Amino acid sequence: MFTSFLIKYAEIGVKGKNRYLFENALVKQIKYALKKCDGDFQVRKTDGRIYVDAVSEFDQEETVEVLQKVFGISGICPVVSVEDEGFEKLGERVVKYLDEVYPDKHKTFKVAARRARKNYPLDSMEINMEMGGIILDAYPEMTVDVHEPDIMLHIEIRDKIYIYSEIIPGPGGMPVGTGGKAMLLLSGGIDSPVAGYMIAKRGVKIDAVYFHAPPYTSERAKEKVVDLARKVSQYTGPIYLHVINFTDIQMYIYDKCPHDELTIIMRRYMMRIAEHLAKESECLGLITGESIGQVASQTMHSLMVTNEVCELPVYRPLIGFDKMEIVDISEKIDTYETSILPYEDCCTIFVAKHPVTKPNLKIIKRHEQNLAEKIDELVQTALDTKELIII
Amino acid sequence: MEVYLDNSATTRCFDEAAQLMMKIMCEEYGNPSSMHHKGVEAEHYIRYARETLAKILKVNEKEILFTSGGTESDNIALIGTAMANHRTGRHLITTRIEHPAVLQTMRYLEDQGFRVTYLPVDGQGKIRLEDLEQAVCKDTILVSIMHTNNEIGTIEPIAEAGELIKRINPHTVFHVDAVQGFGKCRIYPSRMKIDLLSVSAHKIHGPKGIGFLYVNDKIKISPIIYGGGQQKGMRSGTENVPGIAGMARAAELMYENLDEDVERLYHLREMFLQGVSKIEYVKVNGCSGKEGAPHIVSLSVRGIRSEVLLHALEDRNIYVSAGSACASNKPMPSATLKAIGVEKEMLESTIRFSFSIFTTEEEIRYTLKALYDIIPMLRRYTRR
Repeated sequence: MFTSFLIKYAEIGVKGKNRYLFENALVKQIKYALKKCDGDFQVRKTDGRIYVDAVSEFDQEETVEVLQKVFGISGICPVVSVEDEGFEKLGERVVKYLDEVYPDKHKTFKVAARRARKNYPLDSMEINMEMGGIILDAYPEMTVDVHEPDIMLHIEIRDKIYIYSEIIPGPGGMPVGTGGKAMLLLSGGIDSPVAGYMIAKRGVKIDAVYFHAPPYTSERAKEKVVDLARKVSQYTGPIYLHVINFTDIQMYIYDKCPHDELTIIMRRYMMRIAEHLAKESECLGLITGESIGQVASQTMHSLMVTNEVCELPVYRPLIGFDKMEIVDISEKIDTYETSILPYEDCCTIFVAKHPVTKPNLKIIKRHEQNLAEKIDELVQTALDTKELIII
Repeated sequence: MEVYLDNSATTRCFDEAAQLMMKIMCEEYGNPSSMHHKGVEAEHYIRYARETLAKILKVNEKEILFTSGGTESDNIALIGTAMANHRTGRHLITTRIEHPAVLQTMRYLEDQGFRVTYLPVDGQGKIRLEDLEQAVCKDTILVSIMHTNNEIGTIEPIAEAGELIKRINPHTVFHVDAVQGFGKCRIYPSRMKIDLLSVSAHKIHGPKGIGFLYVNDKIKISPIIYGGGQQKGMRSGTENVPGIAGMARAAELMYENLDEDVERLYHLREMFLQGVSKIEYVKVNGCSGKEGAPHIVSLSVRGIRSEVLLHALEDRNIYVSAGSACASNKPMPSATLKAIGVEKEMLESTIRFSFSIFTTEEEIRYTLKALYDIIPMLRRYTRR
């Protein structure tokens, strides 16, 4: 029945002179996302709206599901579009529409007409009243409620006439690509994919870096991260995933530094490497899944010490979130099941029984001097031997 | 050099078996139930396979039931016996070290109201016949004991157990999971008083997705899969002709020079154990000598997590398994290792090497050298 979707976008509607940029980005993202669906579609921008028209057979459920992952969309309205063949015909079509969409008629409704084509013989108010009457005649069990109707029936008079009443919520946010690019430190855990999702939601394109430590972490742990990146990419579009072999650096720190500082020093080197990759690929910031106090390396003190090595801003969208709140989002974006697969990541393998929770920057820096001899060389090797996976 | 020492997980298919299957899939692809020539052609392969396998076990060819593998064979054996005999009794016996295909099926039967006794094992994984003797009673309809343990290679006293069970209760059905033992040992059901015997093809260089269950003609079992009535209604579904033919060919090849091959495997195992004994703090699990399977070695390496050792060996193209492959993708301590009393901190440090007839002395030497290099290195870096 439906052959079109009206795409609603809230926030980008108010962007002033830049509006067209946002709209174009949204059209581009929608087109890209629809490639995953069966069927051919046309995406058009008319009268300050975006329409997706199906020009072949298509699967409505699948299409809605895909559109629900395009940032920038606040609502998706399945629309029936008809030619203007006079008001009487329109009335018949509306009656039929209600029957198809609402088998149970015990509902309240309101007609919300909008006459964008001003030469239409009836004005908005007249359409509302006349159409209300037609509906009440056809379905006596329906009643009008102009304040909180069950069904808000939109009728828009343009070149064609559009009828819709359902608004399926979209993910909100802004179209990816309107906000620059950032490098996500992606582990196999629950938090980092969520962090990537949240920043991408603000229109930011995402690249990612994963640190693996063979033989301590397995090939399957890496596969798991690739799977997570793939899930996140459903929202963000293609992700460049940099895989860094961290084993030698980790071992060297193990040999040279106090054991309870291993994790914090490791984190500092991860940040350094991530920033190097970020600058190389023109990212404007780093993203981590850190949340205050979640583990020893995420206390305020530890965050200060790891933050200190970076010049680029580090975005930590989960910083004030509880674990359960993060889990909720990860379930929503379908990364949770993958995240909890039991493969060890390189942060946990050698973690001390009692790692420092209040590291002192001066002391950490002094102990990092123990690494002076070989660390630059090891970091360089890690960068030289990185693997790039395009997702 | 690539060294595949995970043959208890699965084996490389014999070329001859694979080629035969290719031919059947692409040329002689008929359905054995079809009336025409193509059907007859396919049926011949099945008949030949039945004859081959029956001959190896010295049983009647009517007693071979083709299944999708070890797990299905175990399921039919256990559920089929329980369902067909629940009026006679509701007591089942098994051991604590069975494969999950048996243990989980027993749990299911417990939910269905059957009572299950789980026999303990000694430090080497063997059941005690006294325990079995005490457990079997008038109400016992089934005893299920594995032939060879998949994690530590211990061979159970099957013939003695069979004798004992039948002496106490001649109506008790005796099932043996021989997935690891078939192709390494001579197993004769009638002599050992075995009524049901599970076998899987991919552990003997045959294809995956095929196996069989020997079913003593005299016992009563119910089918668990219904449909077109193939295999006398005991296991409906079009027969997997290429799989069946490939399995029979593999079994034939395994038993062609069995004594010689097994001798050689024991020699390799001895050589490997000798080499391993030079490494400090390594414990061998299971039985030594011929009480253990010729192809399985289980080691607990103190201070190293098995997964790490596995990946470090993998780095040198040596493929082994951490504990048992069927359980190792879950972080669940192995029931077998627990049952033989492996101490808690060694549970996660246990690794399994399993050989095949393709394994060479050179590969063993290469693996030992790798262990000599890797173990001290890995022990240097531990959680503190």
